[in-house]
Amino acid sequence: MIESIDPGQVNWARAQFALTAMYHWIFVPLTLGLSVLCAFFETLYVRTGNIEWKQLAKFWMSLFAVNFAIGVATGIILEFEFGTNWSNYSWMVGDIFGTPLAIEGILAFFLEATFFAVMFFGWDRFSKRMHLFSTWMVALGSNLSALWILIANGWMQNPIGMRFNPDTARFEMLDLWAVVSSRIAISHFTHATSSGFLLASLFVTAVSSWFLLKGRHQIFARRSITVAATFGLLSAMFVAFTGDEHAYITVRTQPMKLAAMEGLYKGKKPTGLIAFGVVNPDKQAGDAGDPFITKIEVPGMLSLLANRKLGTFVAGIDDLVWGNSEHDIVGVDQKIRYGRQAVTSLADFKQARKAGDASSAEAALTKFNQNQEFLGYGYLKKPSDAVPPVSLIFYSFRVMAGLGTFFIMLFALFLIQSARNKLPANRWLLRIGVISVFLGYIAQQAGWIVTEVGRQPWAIQGLLPVSVARSNLDSGTVAVTFFIFLALFVVMLIAEIKIMVKQISLGPEVSKS
Amino acid sequence: MIGNLELSTLQQLWWLITSLVGSLFVFLTFVQGGQTLILTLARSEDEKSLIVNSLGRKWELTFTALVLFGGALYAAFPLFYATSFGGAYWVWISILLTFVIQAISYEFRRKPNNFLGQRTYEIFLLINGTVGILLIGAAIGTFFTGSNFRLNDYNLVQWTHPLRGLEAAFDPFNICFGLFLVFLARVLGTLYLTSNIEDANLVARLKKSSFTNLLLSLPFLFFVLVQLITMDGFTVDPATKAISMVAGKYLDNLLSMPPVLIMLLSGLILVVVGVILNRFTKSRSGIWPSGLGTVLTCLSLFFLAGYHNTPFYPSRVDLDSSLTIYNASSSHYTLTMMSYVAILVPFVLAYIAWVWRQMDSRRLTLDEVTGNSKSY
Ligand code: HDD
Ligand code: HEM
Ligand code: HEM
Repeated sequence: MIESIDPGQVNWARAQFALTAMYHWIFVPLTLGLSVLCAFFETLYVRTGNIEWKQLAKFWMSLFAVNFAIGVATGIILEFEFGTNWSNYSWMVGDIFGTPLAIEGILAFFLEATFFAVMFFGWDRFSKRMHLFSTWMVALGSNLSALWILIANGWMQNPIGMRFNPDTARFEMLDLWAVVSSRIAISHFTHATSSGFLLASLFVTAVSSWFLLKGRHQIFARRSITVAATFGLLSAMFVAFTGDEHAYITVRTQPMKLAAMEGLYKGKKPTGLIAFGVVNPDKQAGDAGDPFITKIEVPGMLSLLANRKLGTFVAGIDDLVWGNSEHDIVGVDQKIRYGRQAVTSLADFKQARKAGDASSAEAALTKFNQNQEFLGYGYLKKPSDAVPPVSLIFYSFRVMAGLGTFFIMLFALFLIQSARNKLPANRWLLRIGVISVFLGYIAQQAGWIVTEVGRQPWAIQGLLPVSVARSNLDSGTVAVTFFIFLALFVVMLIAEIKIMVKQISLGPEVSKS
Repeated sequence: MIGNLELSTLQQLWWLITSLVGSLFVFLTFVQGGQTLILTLARSEDEKSLIVNSLGRKWELTFTALVLFGGALYAAFPLFYATSFGGAYWVWISILLTFVIQAISYEFRRKPNNFLGQRTYEIFLLINGTVGILLIGAAIGTFFTGSNFRLNDYNLVQWTHPLRGLEAAFDPFNICFGLFLVFLARVLGTLYLTSNIEDANLVARLKKSSFTNLLLSLPFLFFVLVQLITMDGFTVDPATKAISMVAGKYLDNLLSMPPVLIMLLSGLILVVVGVILNRFTKSRSGIWPSGLGTVLTCLSLFFLAGYHNTPFYPSRVDLDSSLTIYNASSSHYTLTMMSYVAILVPFVLAYIAWVWRQMDSRRLTLDEVTGNSKSY
């Protein structure tokens, strides 16, 4: 299918996608959460009629708008990039993957776009209730868009509801409902949106803490903190809960990713959880080296988390690569052999078809069908290619989960202190509150690194390696666009941060009304 | 119900739906057209503000229409998406960049401490309205003039021109089509602003400008139309699926599909009617006939490109690689499912129309713009 793979080009394309997706994700989670918080503040205004809540809502909305604009600007890049940089991907799975993207446009983006204008310019043109409704519609729209894009992404992590059509040499959808209701997609959605709520709560807490530290807008800031810390605590607990659920599903759908998250090479029974560890950089799959230089292990814990049962077996990287007959695991080495057969018979089938030789075509097809589920493996060069970069995933996961636990405590502290009316005096807590928003961004990015890097080398788990998903471009071309985007992003980020900081330092008075 | 439709019917239906979204997008480029007026037509900072804020209430709709146009093409004709985006790389990346810089410009333009300065963001808006629209025109023009690609047995695209799509912008037909769209967008921009802004001075100039821009668009329109009915076109033999060039293909399409001919002519007339109303009467609603006319005209062009055994994305280097709505589409199942989803589109259009009416029930005044701290 691919005459020559230029690894340089594939890596540039990956770097470019990673850059744009991670950049998009700086703005997305804040949009998801802040839209809901704004709607919440406005609801308080409409219910109490208290103009101060309106000012509060308007202040957070003005920050929301700055963030939103750049989220929109970067989202369209990703959509284009599926075509420009992953054109073979778009062809091979467009039949399935395009649908959620189109639905997202119809159901979500228009909600956001339409009601956004009302939210900002409709204060005097719509009734109070209608305005509130619009604000909620913006929140709904952004979270619906998260749902559909995560369904698309969930399908890449765990492709279901489709079949391979040898005539067209692509995958075709059989069951949209299976794609939409996929457990991994729903779990993605709940975890990612709640992590957005969490980030927005951190953001509101940080800005308000800063006001308190500076002794400005005291009442305003304390009110904001009370709302944000409550919302944040709930979200943070939900994030931890859904994260655990997510891992449980990953064990079943992407065991290699889980093994990498845990740095687990040889499956054991029972398996411990590495609470803290330093990865041995020289360790390779299959060798006898120790995976860790030092570690603190909680015995048996991973078995419990991964299988909800003590003493159970969790597959390690070596088991998955070279197979483990005791636990019925077919190794990647074996799958590659089947996969190569599939690739050959598919080519034979195409050839025979072209030559009009019906009986050879039939025979090739039968052979192909025996091995077709391993087709993607046929493009891997060696078994260890199926192992994602372990240390990056291992550390990212620990950063995310560690911070997740920390945020729960942080919000709890904020709530207690604000209930006891001790906040303004508690300067160290306020300082931590300011810093924590940056930790929130780090946790967000770490989460996607676990998800996406953990999926390597697959663009679509088990079906389509990234190297086959690519476009027919030379590496120079992609490298040039990479740097164009990089420059553009740096400039946009500087502008955004400068504007944000200015808006914050101007404070809520600017939005008098 | 929908599941019982023939595959070919679904393919035609989806060409219709994507064409409709594309045509609505072209209508909504009044935003881009308006952006090109900021630096030329506005005489003061206040007038600029009026224009920007009036457009600022709509720009997201245009943007989203573009996103949906892409999404619908992706879902319904994935092979087109793969071939054109992966092949004509530079033209799409360039279009993309002009929309990225647009998206931040409204919000950032007048914010204090915005790093690049107000003027830069206004130039971004100008680039989006000129270069962006021109290139989109050039890209759509290739539906008629063809592109330089080859598909292998596995439908992997290979582009044979080093400019990777930008070469389309050097073809006279494509350039003229692009320039026509730029001036059309300006016409629509003046009409929209006329209907939306309360400022006697500015409106008087907008009214004149709509007519001037219409006149400026005419040479390009004539060139495009004359070329269209005289040029050789790509045709597909329905029996053998072989693709060949025939003389007067698009004229033949027009004559064989009389409704399309009627749409094209009535569309163009409606555009002119809107401008005449705007220029020579007191009416402020010229945008509606002209908008409808734009949609009809664009629809007829999309229909010419895709229906009646015509490959809509032809290859000039390898005729057999050309894409038709039949060989580029998604499967029967996918098209069926998406058709069910498309049933929701009228509801979406309904709430958009409702919000639009509410928002625009009163025209925008300078007082409102300066009195609102959220103004762009
Ligand atoms: C979990 C949420 C989520 C994720 C994973 C993504 N996005 Fe996103 N996207 C949003 C959530 C979101 C949003 C919150 O809805 C945005 C951000 C700011 C905004 O205005 O809407 C948005 C904006 C946005 C836009 C602009 C929409 C408009 O016209 O208003 C596009 C085209 C995309 N995205 C496309 C993508 C693609 C192709 C992605 C996959 C690689 C992607 N997004 C990942
Ligand atoms: C916005 C949040 C997201 C972030 C931060 C993110 C992050 C990443 C990263 C870091 C990579 C590079 C992995 C590597 O090459 O090592 C990547 C690749 C990729 N991601 Fe995501 N991703 C996000 C969302 C999505 C979504 C929602 C989709 C699909 C709908 C998606 C599809 C892809 C594809 C197609 C690639 C390229 C192929 C690959 O390298 O795996 N991503 N992403
Ligand atoms: C408290 C503990 C947490 C646990 C146990 C947890 C667990 C997980 C797991 C297992 C994944 C998926 C990897 C895969 O694809 O299999 C994930 C992804 C992710 N996490 Fe967490 N997480 C936690 C906290 C957080 C926090 C605090 C944030 C951000 C503030 C966060 C943001 C994300 C994001 C954005 C993703 C990628 C999207 C997705 O796959 O849904 N997580 N997390």
